[in-house]
Amino acid sequence: MGAELRIAIATDADIVTARQEGRRWASSLPFSASDLTVIATAISEVARNIVSYAGSGEVIIRVVERAGRKGVDIEARDSGPGIPDVRLALQDGYSTSGSLGLGLPGVRRLMDEFDIRSAVNGGTIVSMRLWTR
Amino acid sequence: MKPAGTELGSMEPTAGVLSELVSHLRRNRTQLREEWVRRITESRLLIAMTKEEIFAEATSVFDNYVEVLETGSVEALQAYARNLSERIIPRGVDTPEVLGIVLLLRDVLARSLFEKYQADFSLLNRVLDAYEPAANRIATTVAVGFVQERERVIRQQQEAIRELSTPVLQVRERLLILPIIGVVDSERARQLTEQLLRGVRSNRAKVVVMDITGVPSVDATVANHLVQTVEASRLLGATVIVTGLSPEIAQTLVTIGVDLTKMNTVGDLQGGIEEAERVLGYKVSSVREATVSDES
Amino acid sequence: MLVPILKQGDFLIASIQSSLTDADLLQLRDDLVEQVGRYRSRGVIVDVTVLDVMDSFAVRTLSTLAQMVTLRGAETVIVGIQPEVAFAMVQLGLTLGAVATALDLEEGLAYLRQRTKRSGRGGR
Repeated sequence: MGAELRIAIATDADIVTARQEGRRWASSLPFSASDLTVIATAISEVARNIVSYAGSGEVIIRVVERAGRKGVDIEARDSGPGIPDVRLALQDGYSTSGSLGLGLPGVRRLMDEFDIRSAVNGGTIVSMRLWTR
Repeated sequence: MKPAGTELGSMEPTAGVLSELVSHLRRNRTQLREEWVRRITESRLLIAMTKEEIFAEATSVFDNYVEVLETGSVEALQAYARNLSERIIPRGVDTPEVLGIVLLLRDVLARSLFEKYQADFSLLNRVLDAYEPAANRIATTVAVGFVQERERVIRQQQEAIRELSTPVLQVRERLLILPIIGVVDSERARQLTEQLLRGVRSNRAKVVVMDITGVPSVDATVANHLVQTVEASRLLGATVIVTGLSPEIAQTLVTIGVDLTKMNTVGDLQGGIEEAERVLGYKVSSVREATVSDES
Repeated sequence: MLVPILKQGDFLIASIQSSLTDADLLQLRDDLVEQVGRYRSRGVIVDVTVLDVMDSFAVRTLSTLAQMVTLRGAETVIVGIQPEVAFAMVQLGLTLGAVATALDLEEGLAYLRQRTKRSGRGGR
C-alpha cells in the first residue's frame, strides 16, 4: 500500500478533478455507491475550502488498511491563513462566507475518522478516513 | 546419512544456512509431500476434499511454503492464502483444518531437518534458528488470510440475507410499499434506504408507504436513518407515509428532534395505502399534498 | 453557455450535460435568472441527472437560484437527483429546503403545469 494520489488544488476546475479522481481511486475498494458519493462530496468540500481560503494546496488520497479492513484516507493541506477557531468552524450552521461552515460539519459526522489541524498563518491540514464495511 | 554439518562452517551466516536447508527440502520434495499428505489423512483433516484434490493442493502449498522460506516474501504467500481460501471455503473447510495442515507441514519439514542435522547440535540450532521464525510466519499468514476471507464471505452472505428480507413491493402504479420487519440495526437501515431509493427511481414511485409495525424498537441512530430515508425520498420526488409507528419509536423520534407533525404518519398499513391512493389520485384540488417537496 | 437552456412554452429547461465547476454553476444560475426575466417564464427546471455529486456549493447555488427565480414570479424544480446523491446529501445534512424536487423531467413538467395552472400568473 504505498501508492497515493496527489492532486494540486488551485482552481475550481481542480475541485472537480479531485473528486472525480478520488472517487475512481476509492472505487477499487468495496464501497457502496452511496459511500463513493460521500467520499467524492467530502473531497469536493475540502478542496473547495483550499481554493476559497488558501488559494492553493493539495489533496492526497491513499488506500489504507487496518485489522484486515481497507479504507480510504483523504488529506487536504494548504499553507494558507489557517482557521482561527476550529471548533467554531465545525459547528452545524456556522458560516462566515458560507463554505467552511456548511460543508465540514456534515462530512465530519459521516467520516469514520476526522481531524483538522490548523494554525493562524500556519496552514491547515484536514484528514479523514472512511473504512469499508 | 552422512552428516551435512561438515559442508557448512560453524560460523556460517543464517542466509547460507537457510539456502542449504531449502535445497534439502526441495531435493526431498516427493517424500516430504507424501509424508505430509499421509499425516493429513491420518489426522482426518480435509475430509471434505478428495485424495486427488488434497494432493494437488498439497503440492502447491508445499512449493509455496518452501519458496517463502527461501525468499522471505510474504506477499506471494498472502495472495496464495487468499486464493486457496476462496477455493476451499465453499467446500466447507474451516479454520482449525487449515491451521492444522499448515502446522503438520511445518512439523514434517522440521523432523526432516532434525534428521539431517542431528549429528551437529550447534549446526542444528542454527538451522532451526533460520527455519522456525520463517515457518511460524507462514503459519500465521495462511491462518490470518483464511480467517479474513471467511469473514468477507460471511459479510457478503449477511448482506444478501438483509436484502432478501426487505422486499420493496410495487402494488400499484407509482406506489411502493416497504414493510420492515424485525430488528433494524444501523447497517440494515442504511441498506434499506439504498434499496428504497433505487426502487423509487426504477419504479418512478410518487408515494412510498413504509410500514414499521413489525419493528419493535429503534435506537437514535436508526431513527435518524428513518428520517433520512424520508428526506432522501423527497429529493427523488416521492412522499413517504410512515405507518405502524409504535409509541416507543415515536418517542425516540421526538427525542432526536423530529417534529412528528411534519412527518406523514398514519396508524396502520391499510390506512397508509388509502392515504397514498388519495395522494396519487389528486388532480387540481389538493395542492397541499403535492408529491414534490413543498414543506421543508 | 455551457449548459443548454431550452424554452418550452412558459418554462425553461436547463439540462446539465457534464460535471460543472463552481464558475459554471454560477453562470448557469445567472443565465437562468436572466432568461426568466427576458421571456417572462413561469417555471424553471434544472435537470441534475448527470451530476454525481451535489455538495454544499451546488445546494447553496440552486437554493439561491430558486429564490431569485421566485422574485421574478416563477417556480423552480430540481429534477433527476440520483439515489446515491440524494442519500449522501441527507446524510451530510445538505438540504434543498423549500426548493421543489421531482424525479425527472416528465414529473417536473407535470409539477410546473399543476402549480402554474392553479395560480394563473405563475409563482405562489
